Amino acid sequence: MTRWVVAVDKGTCIGSAVCVGTAPGRFALDQRQRSGPLAAEIAPDEAVRDAAASCPVEAISLVDADTGQPVDLD
Amino acid sequence: MTAEDSPVKLPPAAPPWPGQPVPEFRALLKNRPVVQAELPDGSTAWLVSGYQEVRQTLVDQRFSRALAVGPGRSLQGTEMFAAGSINGIDPPEHTRLRKLVASAFTARRVEALRPRAARIVDELITALLDRPPPADLVAGFSLPLPVQVICEMLGVPAADMEQFHAWSDTAMGDWQGDSDEIMTALADMYGYFAALIEIKRAKPADDLMTALIGARDQADRLSEEELTMLGCTLLLGGHETTANQINLSLLVLLDHPAEMGKLRADPGLIPGAVEEFMRYVRLGGGLPPARVTTQEVQLGGVTIPAGEAVVPLFATANRDPSVFSDPDRFDISRVPAPHLAFGAGVHHCLGAQLARLELQEAFRGLLGRVPGLRLAVPANELRFTPGMAIHSLCELPVRWGEP
Repeated sequence: MTRWVVAVDKGTCIGSAVCVGTAPGRFALDQRQRSGPLAAEIAPDEAVRDAAASCPVEAISLVDADTGQPVDLD
Repeated sequence: MTAEDSPVKLPPAAPPWPGQPVPEFRALLKNRPVVQAELPDGSTAWLVSGYQEVRQTLVDQRFSRALAVGPGRSLQGTEMFAAGSINGIDPPEHTRLRKLVASAFTARRVEALRPRAARIVDELITALLDRPPPADLVAGFSLPLPVQVICEMLGVPAADMEQFHAWSDTAMGDWQGDSDEIMTALADMYGYFAALIEIKRAKPADDLMTALIGARDQADRLSEEELTMLGCTLLLGGHETTANQINLSLLVLLDHPAEMGKLRADPGLIPGAVEEFMRYVRLGGGLPPARVTTQEVQLGGVTIPAGEAVVPLFATANRDPSVFSDPDRFDISRVPAPHLAFGAGVHHCLGAQLARLELQEAFRGLLGRVPGLRLAVPANELRFTPGMAIHSLCELPVRWGEP
């Protein structure tokens, strides 16, 4: 079973919360209004892929846990 | 019943200066972050003023934009237009369209446009300084800058910019008074984009419209109508907003000479100042875009039933003292605080990074090259275009040089 590793670069994140709205239950903002994944490793989820593709500052990385390769965001 | 919990009536009295938060909404921040208000026709809407509550309204999918622009809804006045646009739909339809355009507006892609934006600023200021003052900054600077940038990005020929401005001006006008005129302008703009798409189909170019045509023709990822409407929305969204954010920001800065002096002395402060402009200025007139609850929701300790209109008051939330210390003070060196001027959640302004860049370059140019920049008329003589959507200045007469 393929797994995805989800990470948000908090230094890049601007707190737009596009990801929180796009993939409910997958991301949350912290006290400083910076996003982070609620679970760092997940089963493939199109909503998370959409969130990563829609991030205005490309702060979300999605990596295939087995291969270590970035997940295609398109 | 005390004044503090008296019923809230819409519309509120206008603030003394259009760019300021509405005093009646501002008063709600104290202990009524979520409150029901009454409209003249007897219907009701929930006003959300607290920062955290506004954020939840924007991010939580139980607050629907699509329902808020549906038939019979007219809180904002512009619902008819929003209903056909990316700003009036919910996920998953929204996600599909947003993904198609998101990559063109990322911070990285927008940053590549900075040299071009800086050059446009430079050319406009050179032309401005070429004639003796006074000059109208709207016609000569704040409007042509964003128009030129978004037209080049989309691939709209420069020769058509004037026409676009006329359409956009009409569309941003008085939706109650001139709705026929507005619908005609929007139909004309739609027709223009439909024709432009055919031209680009026959002769592809390196621009965003051509890329979107590819997404339709090669991958069937959006309909012809969605494609045409996206063109209109991107063009409309990309210029009157930025132009007037430049205007209103300059007026705030002229009102705070000490802050202006700091910025002139250290242009490195400009990005932070732009965030403070965004936080401080209320750009939109009337009520901000509403949402409608899809089910019963708890918000700020209040239970809102399903099917109710909820209005997130962005500009008021940007003065919430629990997030912004001394919120009514204009302070360009404020620690970057996450203001809500661009919204949040799936409808977070697509052009936010582009708007930031244009504002930064605009002020770099104005402060660096136009010494003694000041108003040529008293501030209270400035006129705004009547209408609801944006605080749009008719003219901004300025002088420069020695007094």
